[in-house]
Amino acid sequence: MSVLVYTESEQGKFKKVAFEVASYAKAVADQLGTTVTAITINANDVSELGNYGVDKVLKVSNTALDNFNANGYAEAIKQAAEKEGTKVVILSSSANSKYVAPLLAVGLNAGYASNVIEAPSNISPFTVKRPAFTNKAFETLTINTDIKIVGVSNNSYGLVEKSGSASAEDFSPTISDLGVKVESVDKASNQVSIADAEIVVSGGRGLKGPENWGMIEELASVLGAATACSKPVSDLGWRPHSEHVGQTGKPVAANLYIAIGISGAIQHLAGINASKVKVVINTDPEAPFFKAADYGVVGDAFTVVPQLIEKLKAFKAQQ
Amino acid sequence: MKILVCISHVPDTTSKINFTEGDSKFDTNGVQFVINPNDEFGLTRAMWLKEKQGANVTVVNVGGAETEPTLRKALAIGADGAIRINTAATDGFSVAKQIAHVAKDGGYDLIIAGRESIDYNGGMVPGMIAALISANFVNNCINLEIDGNNATAIREIDGGKETISTSLPLVIGGQKGLVEESELRIPNMRGIMMARQKPLNILDPIDANNETTSVKFEKPAPKGAVKLVSEDNLDHLISLLHNEAKVI
Repeated sequence: MSVLVYTESEQGKFKKVAFEVASYAKAVADQLGTTVTAITINANDVSELGNYGVDKVLKVSNTALDNFNANGYAEAIKQAAEKEGTKVVILSSSANSKYVAPLLAVGLNAGYASNVIEAPSNISPFTVKRPAFTNKAFETLTINTDIKIVGVSNNSYGLVEKSGSASAEDFSPTISDLGVKVESVDKASNQVSIADAEIVVSGGRGLKGPENWGMIEELASVLGAATACSKPVSDLGWRPHSEHVGQTGKPVAANLYIAIGISGAIQHLAGINASKVKVVINTDPEAPFFKAADYGVVGDAFTVVPQLIEKLKAFKAQQ
Repeated sequence: MKILVCISHVPDTTSKINFTEGDSKFDTNGVQFVINPNDEFGLTRAMWLKEKQGANVTVVNVGGAETEPTLRKALAIGADGAIRINTAATDGFSVAKQIAHVAKDGGYDLIIAGRESIDYNGGMVPGMIAALISANFVNNCINLEIDGNNATAIREIDGGKETISTSLPLVIGGQKGLVEESELRIPNMRGIMMARQKPLNILDPIDANNETTSVKFEKPAPKGAVKLVSEDNLDHLISLLHNEAKVI
């Protein structure tokens, strides 16, 4: 009956979202009056999960799953859910979890709600809230099936520490058909990804050309932030598509989003709206972004950003 | 090769979003509908595959008669035929079951869907179709090449990308990158005329329960006014972000 949570790891270490989904699972388990079981795949030290409300860990160690594989991971989670008699499965909103969840939903014949931003407001009927229309609205929905799958929006629920410890046991699901094979992975190891970032620094056409991105990258580096860009910038080929944030690009749900030289088209604002605090730096005081932002500086990025970098360096040095 | 492209009929990205019937339904009044952008990248890649190596491309939508102009647009872009499954699309799982049924019946080799629709953002239909028909599945697909029965795809992952090899039958959840924005096609007059002659078949839905039910919609609370900081006083901005917003 316990709530099952898939706690993601990378190269054996938990990702931050693992602790967020564990915290969420604990809240659901408290509502249901049950315990939390986590499933880990090739994670090394699982004891940390006890600090976020996990009671028991099913540890899968399987070299066939060293590379993420949606079929294989869905199969492992499904078998864990069946073993535990789980009624609620919790995942994150990482690219990998969103890849697994629909496969798992079919496997368990479970209704699935993605990008959920709050603990369930009711458990019977099971009622959750999620953004819709790319953050232009929120949808409240019920999951009607016996087993429910919730994908928790990253950075929405936060981490809730508990004093506790988790017991661990080895779990060996039967994995047969992997279906797809990863031939190569191309991932910058020294950069913060937009999905994992707490702070995102984003540039628009106001920066006039790709040669001016040095200051965006430097500002991001001072803040430990990811870099992003507006749609025109990626369409012009100034920056890679993977940095395009907005309605047709990546969604951003950061704690702090800094928009530099971005006017704030409705599609851009929709994509970044889930971010908690927004700062805009723009020469045009009439730019729509000023209506969406919490803090604004009317000024030229080419004078404001270098100054901001120097001042932030001084600030960081004092901390 | 038989390709099925799933087409969601969604409000244009510039639409203002409102609700009606006690905030339980999307208000379509005055809203322009378009092909879901993620689906349009996939449709255009299907055209590319058709022209390069030959394929028959069918587009499919789950929805009422009001979605037919969107299907006609897909035909004008170059799809060979269209299917409309005649039921309201109210839940991702039930939509996936409807499309999976058509996909299985039609014996399609490749099914292209957008990674998510820009209205309900569920992001579940492509994967569910794949699981329902036991096809291979690549999500967040940003490039796709087919060679005989083999497929090579590139998937965007958090912070990078990976190259995947797999085989048909295959379902992809596609997005920008499958083709460039500049490669999207605007239907020309000849395409529009030809689209009128192409088959648009209306199928009855199968029985499929809604596994989730939308109860209510709400719009975000109005935002407070922006706090402007002078460009000569950036220390103040840092102080606000540190002490007030507590984000640095």
